[in-house]
Amino acid sequence: MSEATATTGTVVVRLPTVLRAQAEGQSTVQVAGTTVREVLASLVSDYPGLGTNILDESGDLRKFVNVYVDDEDIRFLDRLDTPVAADDEVAILPAVAGG
Amino acid sequence: MAVYSSVLDLIGNTPIIDVSQLSPDPGVRLLAKLEGQNPAGSVKDRIAAAMVRAAEEAGELVPGKIVIEPSSGNTGIALAMICQIRGYHLKIVLPENVTVERRQVLEAFGVEIIPSPGGEGSNGAVRRAQALAAENPDWVFLYQYGNEANPTAHYETTGPEILRDVPDITHFVAGLGTSGTLMGVGTYLKEHKPDVKLYAVEPPSGERVEGLRSLDDGYVPPVFEKWGGMQLLDGKRIVRPIDSLEYTRKLVTETGIFAGISSGAALAGAVKVAKKWNSAENGPASIVFIVCDGAWKYLSTGAYTDDLDVIAESINDVIYF
Repeated sequence: MSEATATTGTVVVRLPTVLRAQAEGQSTVQVAGTTVREVLASLVSDYPGLGTNILDESGDLRKFVNVYVDDEDIRFLDRLDTPVAADDEVAILPAVAGG
Repeated sequence: MAVYSSVLDLIGNTPIIDVSQLSPDPGVRLLAKLEGQNPAGSVKDRIAAAMVRAAEEAGELVPGKIVIEPSSGNTGIALAMICQIRGYHLKIVLPENVTVERRQVLEAFGVEIIPSPGGEGSNGAVRRAQALAAENPDWVFLYQYGNEANPTAHYETTGPEILRDVPDITHFVAGLGTSGTLMGVGTYLKEHKPDVKLYAVEPPSGERVEGLRSLDDGYVPPVFEKWGGMQLLDGKRIVRPIDSLEYTRKLVTETGIFAGISSGAALAGAVKVAKKWNSAENGPASIVFIVCDGAWKYLSTGAYTDDLDVIAESINDVIYF
């Protein structure tokens, strides 16, 4: 399992197991961006197979996809416009049942 | 103290303990509501009793009937206690990779366990129960994820208890799960104190038990959507296994509360809220968080005594919550 660490101008994105096949098997990747929208755009540009898995046709987050910046769910922040700092980790996680 | 006629009379009215010694800000109180004090040992006693009562009142549930439910533990255990008393045969769809204690408690109550593959996680157990309920229409499927009695139980009991005991509450933090606790308590609190902030914590499921073939297998509980969870909550954050474990141990060793692991996740979330609050600028705050259950059912994992990093890694293979 490869672990990316952030270098200047990039952020680390953590991918769920179910999406790693579309990112050459990596659990984390490094991409550029200062908002979630930019980060996801760079991610999809680097790994086109991820595109329709994360965003729907209108460019919104798909229903069962949760994205977190510094562990906070972006749906309760500024959604895709949520700012991302260089030392933040962006995590993509599927919505699953608890209880 | 009174003499009670049934353990079911002991559900609810749980105590709140001040654990502000764990607060990062002296102006922010941390208050733990001990749901492990319920007779079957968890917050789920409230919703199990409410769902059974609702099904009885609707005439669906009569003695001799079969009840089926997917549960990774606490709902199953609560239903086991209640069904035993009320005379129903209970089948629980239980993922194979839960801790052994949960299986043992269910067996002690005479529950029929239907195993579901560990790799499919809680979602797999839900799917299996849905399929079995569809094949057996005479069984009563309570379906905690979509049952109105779940959030309603918290709206009618947990929420009022919290406001009664902590009238100056400013924040409420709880695990998301079925979302019943947050939707019910949160709706009640915001109706009576609109400034109260509500925060959900989510322990991420272990990477090897998230149980998804694709993201289309994801799941948002109908209760969350029906009660307007997106509008109701003020924030939602994931708490890493290592943080859940560390804060669970703090509860045990620094406050004497023998808490289960999801309680550590709620405390970690409450501490995060406390750190951001800044009482010097914003005044004092009172954060109530839920201690869902006790540590008893998790002891076999080594979560309380083994090396933290080893346990945090092994959490990837076990359903803890």
